[in-house]
Amino acid sequence: MNPEILETNLDDYKKLVESLKSDGFEMMVDLTVVDWFRKKEPRFEIIVQLLSTIHNARKTIKVFVNDEDLTIPSITDIYPSANFYEREAYDMFGIIFADHPDLTRILMPDDWQGYPLRKNYGSGRIPVQFKNAPKVD
Amino acid sequence: MYTPDNIFTTTIDKAVRWSRTQSMWPVTFGLACCAIEMMAAGSAKYDLARYGMEVFRASPRQADLMIVAGRVSQKMAPVLRQVYDQMADPKWVIAMGACSSTGGMFNNYALVQGVDHIVPVDIYVPGCPPGPQSLMHGILTLHDKIMDGEINR
Amino acid sequence: MKSKDTRKTGFDKFKNILDFWATNSEEGGWNISSTDEGSQKMLEEESDKQVKIQTGSDVVDDFIIDEDTSDDERMIVNMGPQHPSTHGVLRLQAELEGEVVRRVKPIIGYLHTGMEKTGEELNYFQGPTNTTRMDYLSPLFNELVFSLTTEKLIGIEVPERAKTIRILMTELNRISSHLVALATGGMDIGALSMMIFGFRERELILNFFEKTTGLRMNHNYIRPGGVAADLPDGWQKDVKEILKVIPEKLQDYDDMLLDNPIWKGRLQNVGILTTEECFAYGVTGPSLRASGYDWDLRKSQPYSGIENYDFEIPVLNEGDVFARWRVKVLEIFESLKIVEQAMEKMPKGPYKVQDKKITPPPRKRLDESMEALIHHFKIYTEGFKVPEGDAYVAIESPRGELGCYIVSDGSSKPYRMHVRGPSFCNLQALPVIMTDSPIADAVAAIASLDPVIGDVDR
Repeated sequence: MNPEILETNLDDYKKLVESLKSDGFEMMVDLTVVDWFRKKEPRFEIIVQLLSTIHNARKTIKVFVNDEDLTIPSITDIYPSANFYEREAYDMFGIIFADHPDLTRILMPDDWQGYPLRKNYGSGRIPVQFKNAPKVD
Repeated sequence: MYTPDNIFTTTIDKAVRWSRTQSMWPVTFGLACCAIEMMAAGSAKYDLARYGMEVFRASPRQADLMIVAGRVSQKMAPVLRQVYDQMADPKWVIAMGACSSTGGMFNNYALVQGVDHIVPVDIYVPGCPPGPQSLMHGILTLHDKIMDGEINR
Repeated sequence: MKSKDTRKTGFDKFKNILDFWATNSEEGGWNISSTDEGSQKMLEEESDKQVKIQTGSDVVDDFIIDEDTSDDERMIVNMGPQHPSTHGVLRLQAELEGEVVRRVKPIIGYLHTGMEKTGEELNYFQGPTNTTRMDYLSPLFNELVFSLTTEKLIGIEVPERAKTIRILMTELNRISSHLVALATGGMDIGALSMMIFGFRERELILNFFEKTTGLRMNHNYIRPGGVAADLPDGWQKDVKEILKVIPEKLQDYDDMLLDNPIWKGRLQNVGILTTEECFAYGVTGPSLRASGYDWDLRKSQPYSGIENYDFEIPVLNEGDVFARWRVKVLEIFESLKIVEQAMEKMPKGPYKVQDKKITPPPRKRLDESMEALIHHFKIYTEGFKVPEGDAYVAIESPRGELGCYIVSDGSSKPYRMHVRGPSFCNLQALPVIMTDSPIADAVAAIASLDPVIGDVDR
């Protein structure tokens, strides 16, 4: 099933979500972020998947967030299920959701530096070393 | 207190080692996929009770063996070390599976690359996840090591 | 005769003690006089400190007590992350008032593996290796959703036999996953026999998986373009054995638990989750169906040709822990139906796409054909390129809607790979279930939601 894609901007984002909720899209199933580092100009793309069990339909909302601003209205008051997803987006990408009830790190430790899933954050790969290996004569 | 081996203590030393191997209680430290295989090893078909090990203790104070089953994340590492410190001596550690032995296929920011960065490990069990047979082989190897006196604690 | 006498005297002795206690307490103020003034004073002093805070070693407590507490103490208790009754390394911070949970906060991330970052470094051919380790109780579903998303991006359709094998294997996986859920759920509540039973039957299915895929878990069997290998010789015999044994054993579980007063008393009317709450918190899967709402992606948005099978969706109306347990048992029966039909109608033909650019050639061809060797080498080193675009595909995993969102930039590796784990979303409903219920029901509530922490943290 192909979800219908709706692209919107930051000002209309919350209104659109509200109108879709009243249209019968009762479940928010996913919220994720794509980092278009040096590829597209508004750097972060936020993707929200909505599901309607009455109409048996899906809709995808796409919003772009600027690198300088990073702020987007939270939709936890419309869909309470957005809570964990917005915290994850904050933890992994540093997106700030205004009016979120508890915007703290969710997966990483509280004192972690940086946002791991950004494209300019290294994967943290440690070269494999064979220390203390017995020497072969 | 550890007394070095001498001619008077050889027999009693053997008895102590034997008794240590026969009722080695593991602490429940299941983390990920390997924990399911560890539970499978404890259940009916593989039956760890044959080695006096079916009592998985919830409290680290009552356990002698920590089976680190699964990947250890940076957030979990302090907790793991604390549980290890709470265990009473003598204590042993088995790193079960590729992730806890070396970090496995996840060489990235989130995982500790091998649990031996945090606690001393006696036996590494390879596999992703190791089957219950592999875990049992690891446990029996640990028993042998204790009986041979390779580990003196 | 003699034994009856001794019993009687024993009873008389016991009765005497009872009378002694009864008379003493009737004589007015016997109980109160035992506490003298000094201890009363101490009690008052103690009750000034109403909030006892227990925390782990290095965790900052973020619960703020801002309301007036009653005479009962409010205290904050940590469950986990290393705890025998939580499923994996889940940590719960519960605020208790006496025995009653007033607020609870799940704290996750203790198994965060960075799989989405690793997924950007592996090509599409290696992708299932990564995703299969997310939800370790239903690994084949994770592989399936990744493969379906990749196939949607490329725009290919897998052969009939591959589809049927996928359905057969995933439905068997659903059975094994539900068996573990029943087993661990029983263990949490104290029905230890259930744990032994559940794991025993799971071995049967795992043996078939090991025969087919080479591993008991984390199979990496379903790959973009089909499956990794054909079914082994004589596979029907094993599947028939599963189809014969599992229903008998499920009957055993029902005999043991269905009319068991302790089991019912422990589970019925505990942890109720209504349909509205399920929608609000994004809860899908057996928990939604146990609340009386008929929603299953296998029926409404079918994948891999599952619309051609004849099965039903069990729906219960109570929405409590008992209903969630019961739905899982009934779903095993329905999955067995699908497995039987898949076994009977298994079509002949190739088990993967016959496209040299996407699936590696058979091993035999490498000795004969230079071209096959080159294709083999290219696929295993570089992978295959996927056209630009993005796709979201969702399937029904044993825990709910399992989605995968992939953004491709035209190279052989995903630009962004995100998996929507059902447990992650279902876990948000845990505070709703646990609030204002006794702490003893908390473990029952956690077990009924059946979260897999590998799926939550990824």
